[in-house]
Amino acid sequence: MTSLPLRTPEPAAAPAPGVRDGGGERLPRLRHELRAVHALVHRDLLRLACQRAHTALMLLQPVLYLFILGGGLAALIPHSSLGVGYQTYLFPGMLMMTVQAPAIMVGVRLITDRQSGYLRELLMAPVSRTTLLLGSCAGGTLVATVQGAVLLSLAGTVGLPYDPLLLALLLVGMVLASFVITALSLALAVGLRRPEMFHTLLGLVMMPLLFLSGGFFPLDSLPDWARALSALNPLAYGVDLLRRSIGLRVPGGEAGGGVEWAGAQPPLLLEAGVLVACGALALVWAARRFGRPE
Amino acid sequence: MQLHAGDDDLATTAPPAPAAGPDPADRPRAEDCAVFTRGLVKTYPGPGGTGTDAVSGLDLDVLRGETFAFLGPNGAGKSTTISLLCALARPTSGRAVVAGADVLARPDLVRRRVGMLFQHSALDPDLTVEQNLRVHARLYGLRRREVRERTAEVLALAELSDRRRSPVRTLSGGMRRRLEIARQLLHSPSVLFLDEPTTGLDPHARAHIWEHLRVLSDRDGSTLFVTTHYLDEAEHCDRIAIIDHGRLVAQGTPHGLKAEIGDDRVVLRTGDDARAAGIVRKAAPPGRTVTADADGVWLRVPDGSGWIPRLCAVLGEHGVAVHAASATPPSLDDVFFHHTGRSIDAAPGGTR
Repeated sequence: MTSLPLRTPEPAAAPAPGVRDGGGERLPRLRHELRAVHALVHRDLLRLACQRAHTALMLLQPVLYLFILGGGLAALIPHSSLGVGYQTYLFPGMLMMTVQAPAIMVGVRLITDRQSGYLRELLMAPVSRTTLLLGSCAGGTLVATVQGAVLLSLAGTVGLPYDPLLLALLLVGMVLASFVITALSLALAVGLRRPEMFHTLLGLVMMPLLFLSGGFFPLDSLPDWARALSALNPLAYGVDLLRRSIGLRVPGGEAGGGVEWAGAQPPLLLEAGVLVACGALALVWAARRFGRPE
Repeated sequence: MQLHAGDDDLATTAPPAPAAGPDPADRPRAEDCAVFTRGLVKTYPGPGGTGTDAVSGLDLDVLRGETFAFLGPNGAGKSTTISLLCALARPTSGRAVVAGADVLARPDLVRRRVGMLFQHSALDPDLTVEQNLRVHARLYGLRRREVRERTAEVLALAELSDRRRSPVRTLSGGMRRRLEIARQLLHSPSVLFLDEPTTGLDPHARAHIWEHLRVLSDRDGSTLFVTTHYLDEAEHCDRIAIIDHGRLVAQGTPHGLKAEIGDDRVVLRTGDDARAAGIVRKAAPPGRTVTADADGVWLRVPDGSGWIPRLCAVLGEHGVAVHAASATPPSLDDVFFHHTGRSIDAAPGGTR
């Protein structure tokens, strides 16, 4: 523990940051913040590595849905009504389900970290609170995408080709979806002190969000009010993005019934933009709440 | 003549020391202190629009290299003060300069320069010892090479090198505590805050932690700011501040604080206490109260142990047999009692 060179400026006379350590400090400062983001992402990856059993169980759920629910219903639902086989139809929804679980865990972890005292430890770090939130978000997005990538490896079993561009498109779609859900989860978690509350709220909103996402059935079969709600559902944009990516690369692989604005399908890039904007807004809101000092 | 020349030299190398302090009443100056506060107040909004002062008007001076104990009963405001000094919470009013940076103007600098050991364990139990340290070091912006070097260094210091690949979950309470201290040393802080570092540990682990802290302060000259409600722990520190109900009631060295409140208590057990009391009264300095009760004959005098042989000799001359004699210096509990009117153990506990 070598003492820092304590060249003390008269504190009252040091008006603003950057007088003495200005200029030269600006770049290192950004680098420090980036290192902190890296530290948090690193922590998430380490946790992912040491919780293999838990991860495997989390991945099992969408796989079961895909093969049991999908396999069972495939016989009942005629090919013609969806344009593709039901398992192929279900695949984007299951990718969404895979990334959604770890992304939501980020919010749960913020609350448990607060309870265990680990959050205070993070707050002591000489970086801005926004950086800490960005780090958590980046870590959650990465972990969720990694898990989604594992499920993506099953693409062949539902009749999709292992086309590099298709896989890349789906991966990008999952990054966007993971980002939005992570950001929303964080926005929800910053204001809550107890994990029970988070779980209750989640249980309340998760079911409608999943069923209104268009992952299980086409949205155009829903009543008008439910369709209107689904246009507000970020998950629906995520599923739509993944499904349309498949349509881009697989001839005849496009299934209809996604999100519609006033009866027309919004452009693909606009949908991606909506996701990014939604995630960014949630993150800004969360950062403002989180950044408030005691 | 030579002496005079030396004085001149001194005067030229160290320019007018008194003139450097603009306000003599403000000594010691903020720059000389590891922790310097004036009129520090933290008010939490209470029920019915009234505020509760967790800390009110705190003036602290902690010199560099000192081991400083912050002593008070539970709920006295110790933890609040520490979070103010670490720039985790903003003071309602007053000023605090920690490790050369103002907590309000440069909270980031303060946090970079201090280490903070929280009262409740905050390690990631799933990660290994080494992984916990690495995450922390990166969080504080250390370079990769530094991370490796410092991690190895602090692990050796905490005597945890052989456990570095163990998950934190498998460590004992004392080891976790040492790991937490080690983690706070990674970024080489100049002031280390420790909030109740030994709470919840068994006596053996407690002693080990203090040994560890003593090594830190001896080896590196680190400033340690330790909150505690254990009197025996405060006893080992260079200086003590006593806080009660958010107010500073006393500040000084353990010896100084005890000397300030009075003299040693000398107790004699004799064959005939009533007669002994009369003899002691004449032998003792004038004006001292000598009491004979169930404890024996006792009085308070400065340098009590010095008085024992003298009193024994006088009593021997008068043929009174002395069975036992003791001189007890005032304890820190006496100091606490003197300033607050109650014993620290009897002080009402509170949640923080």
